[in-house]
Amino acid sequence: MSTAVGTDLLTVRDLRVDFAGPRGRGPVPAVRGVDLTVRRGETLGIVGESGSGKSVTALAVLGLLPGTAAVRGSVRLDGQELVGLPRDALAPIRGRRMAMVFQDPLSAFTPVHRIGDQIVEALRIHRRTDRGAARKRAAELLDLVGIPDPGRALESFPHEFSGGMRQRAMIAMAVANDPDLLLADEPTTALDVTIQAQVLDVLRTARRETGAALVLVSHDLGVIAGMADRVAVMYAGRVVESAGVDELFARPRHPYTLGLIGAVPRVDARGGPLVPIPGAPAPMAALPAGCPFAGRCPLVQDRCRTAEPPPAGTGGHLSACVRADELAARGPAPAEIYPMPPVPAAPPAPPREERAPVLRVTGLTKTFPVLSGSVFRRRTGEVYAVDGVDLDIRAGETLGLVGESGSGKSTTLFELLNLAKPESGRIEFLGQDTAALSRAAAHRLRAELQIVFQDPTAALDPRLPVGDIVAEPLRARRAPRELVARRVPELLRQVGLDPAHAARYPHQFSGGQLQRVSIARALAVRPRLLVLDEPVSALDVSVQAGVLNLLQRLKADLGIAYLFVSHDLSVVRHLADRVSVMYLGRTVEQGEVSAVFDRPRHPYTRALLSAVPLPDPAAERARERVLLPGDPPSPTERHTGCRFRTRCPVYAALADGRRTVCEQRSPVPAEAAPGVDHTAACHHPDVR
Amino acid sequence: MTDVPESLTAPAPAPVAARRPPGPPGRGRLVLGRLLGARWAVAGAVTVLLLFVLAFGGPYLTPWDYAAPDYTALRQPPSAAHWFGTNGIGQDVFAQTLRGLQKSLVIGLLVALFSTALAALVGACAGYFGGWTDRLLMFLVDLMLVLPSFLVITMVSPQLKGSGWIAFVALLALFNWMITARVVRSMTISLASREFVRAAQFMGVRPLRIILRHILPNTASFLITDATIAVGGAVMSETALSYFGFGVRAPDVSLGTLLAAGTSEAPVFPWLFYFAAGLLVLFVLAVNLIGDGLRDALDPTAEAARPARRPRRARPAARPALPAGAPEASGPRRPGPTTPRSNRSSS
Repeated sequence: MSTAVGTDLLTVRDLRVDFAGPRGRGPVPAVRGVDLTVRRGETLGIVGESGSGKSVTALAVLGLLPGTAAVRGSVRLDGQELVGLPRDALAPIRGRRMAMVFQDPLSAFTPVHRIGDQIVEALRIHRRTDRGAARKRAAELLDLVGIPDPGRALESFPHEFSGGMRQRAMIAMAVANDPDLLLADEPTTALDVTIQAQVLDVLRTARRETGAALVLVSHDLGVIAGMADRVAVMYAGRVVESAGVDELFARPRHPYTLGLIGAVPRVDARGGPLVPIPGAPAPMAALPAGCPFAGRCPLVQDRCRTAEPPPAGTGGHLSACVRADELAARGPAPAEIYPMPPVPAAPPAPPREERAPVLRVTGLTKTFPVLSGSVFRRRTGEVYAVDGVDLDIRAGETLGLVGESGSGKSTTLFELLNLAKPESGRIEFLGQDTAALSRAAAHRLRAELQIVFQDPTAALDPRLPVGDIVAEPLRARRAPRELVARRVPELLRQVGLDPAHAARYPHQFSGGQLQRVSIARALAVRPRLLVLDEPVSALDVSVQAGVLNLLQRLKADLGIAYLFVSHDLSVVRHLADRVSVMYLGRTVEQGEVSAVFDRPRHPYTRALLSAVPLPDPAAERARERVLLPGDPPSPTERHTGCRFRTRCPVYAALADGRRTVCEQRSPVPAEAAPGVDHTAACHHPDVR
Repeated sequence: MTDVPESLTAPAPAPVAARRPPGPPGRGRLVLGRLLGARWAVAGAVTVLLLFVLAFGGPYLTPWDYAAPDYTALRQPPSAAHWFGTNGIGQDVFAQTLRGLQKSLVIGLLVALFSTALAALVGACAGYFGGWTDRLLMFLVDLMLVLPSFLVITMVSPQLKGSGWIAFVALLALFNWMITARVVRSMTISLASREFVRAAQFMGVRPLRIILRHILPNTASFLITDATIAVGGAVMSETALSYFGFGVRAPDVSLGTLLAAGTSEAPVFPWLFYFAAGLLVLFVLAVNLIGDGLRDALDPTAEAARPARRPRRARPAARPALPAGAPEASGPRRPGPTTPRSNRSSS
């Protein structure tokens, strides 16, 4: 803190990390010559897809890599070389001069010690203070990161904290010794958007209070755009482009960066098709000669395949591309250089009211018992997982179902997919009430309702060849052999896979291809409604764009309806026609997508929307944020009145007289205006 | 549909076979192809086949009967007349060994097959359906485990006398499946919560079909290892039963009874022991090779028989042969999904 801002704090030169390969094979590179410079007080964002070496770089700086990793090159902190430093020489530097915030705060705390003791330990390892003073400081730190009632929080165990609270405590521990450098490795990836917004805010505060420089590793361009001063884009273990954040997003000079920017759907604009970067990242164990991006690059030339270009450029904007100057001069949009898939225009549809309803859910509830006792298990309470959900999907329509974790999205889905009588409420699928279905009728109806799961590697049987996987729903309906033989290649072609790959097993495909297989399987029996449960959240950005485009095309071609469940509002905005927002098991707002996104009426929707980071630094800085305090309350108790009250900014600002209605009556969904497809369950929908 | 470029860079595109049959090959055909591509498995299968030919065709080669003694040759070492020598009362060891082999081949294979199939079915049903099915089946398993099997067999044997070897196989199988079933049950419980099983349920696949198509193939590595061990175990436990006068009784013989009789005399009259022992070892080894091949063929991450890599397999032919199939006979080697390439260095 004492030194002036602007001098170099951390310099990484030609950092190389190799992991010992499998027996009988050579080492596998993870980082291949990374140069980074972090100045005092600045935030450097490192962005890249999985496997690009960004986390390994961060861990190598701290010297936290396992023994199987060989680290070469130079990492200097304030001129002191860290690579090759023995463990006990590194220990006083770690935690004191530089500290780390890990991705998963649950595993970063020791579960058997109290939070307070762990922070006190971090303090007392590095400086001689007595317990009492250290405890006082720990409480101050928890207060700094916005943990309510720090005194009590010190006495809590990690499992008593929610994910967001743990990540805050982690940040408190990291800044405990006023480090010069903070490394945060995907600090918000495991968290919900509203909690992510809180934690990013805390990270900003912590940085401001300590004056530390921050290295923020993330795959999320939006987070980087909002936080970083400078950005380094990594691909295949190298920095392919680095520049100031505005410069990088406005005028990228590397085709990969350009592709990444074009591949991200944005919550503020409803774009056409996204720009998918073709192919998948080259495997690190067998990198081709020349530029590792050459195989996916639309601007590739012969010289790209012979030598790997070094980072070069002017004015602090480095790009490892032979055609960087061209890109800098032309400044093309992503869609101009990447081949754009033609997305057929949706056929003119009759107005919504005239289309046949596919799914109609009213007042759906589902409770799970809380059992306790080891010998005689008794029901001691209930989890109200779903408590009043309304959905309405018409033919050929996409409904986006949005909510944070614990809002009951998945439970709702499984209730639908069971095609059984719900606990209460009514599910009507294709005009048939599921409560009245016979077993045979339910079996017949299953063909009309298919699901695509979030993680394709888990949802596909690893021991079945892809052809058999795709044929499974057909065989479950006893389709004749010839039909199966004809349909499988057709389906694979439809989702953009080679029909000859039917004989391969799932492990021979990349994540994006597996999700396509999943989609092909779901389409096999020509369903009328496809349930997509976070279909792209396990995929990298560039691959995600391809799958989203595929879904859009299939919808236009086949006219099926989607129930698209996602926590990612940008993706929902991109794909959905209508959107339904859930909070604590209840639908709080529902309506046409642009109406809900542009004119949200429920304060929760407003907060949710404002929490989504935009991959555009200027817009990100300019927009207004609604930060929600605290965490969602537990679903084990039933609240009187509006359940969003505890976190609601509108309620907090209301005069006492107007509050009583929120406290006493649960709001019912009401239309914005008669006949308008936009309902919100709020007593004060138009108060801001 | 040509606009999706992701498929262009599929990992290691395999050359498309020109003679692709109509429709994609299913799992059965793929596994068979991989199995036939694994040379050690084929060698094992050929060995088992040859053993059967020897056991059932061999007696025609020798004039001697397994039971009729040759009083001119007592405890003679192998000679031109008695190829494997004779025993204490002048019976021809070659004829006896073949007779024993007939019994042991059938008993060993069938007991292993029946007990593993029963264990797989009971274990998978208990794990998959849960609830009362699980409780009842596991109660049965525990009951079977605490019942002293020999006691039951000696009690049951008088009723079964005369019904021949098939009842014997059934009895042996019936007392050999419980522990396997428990393991299969716990594997099933973890598999049943996986998403691909849920996906199959939502597609309307019937429960029994899910068990056969998804759950059992995913426990196949364990089941196959268990079955190959059970083959050798069945041959040996048959001996123990024969000792109680049930099963194979004199003058009939099995490899087990031959071994039991020959063990004590092995140092002095080695031909009484080593021919039978050698054939048994060969049998068990060959079954192990088949089991290993089958396991690798069912496990797509095992690289041994992947068609795409077959061109590379031409090279190891020049390598010196492995010492007596030692790595194949060793215990289960389950290849982890993350490092599929790491564990194939031995074959």
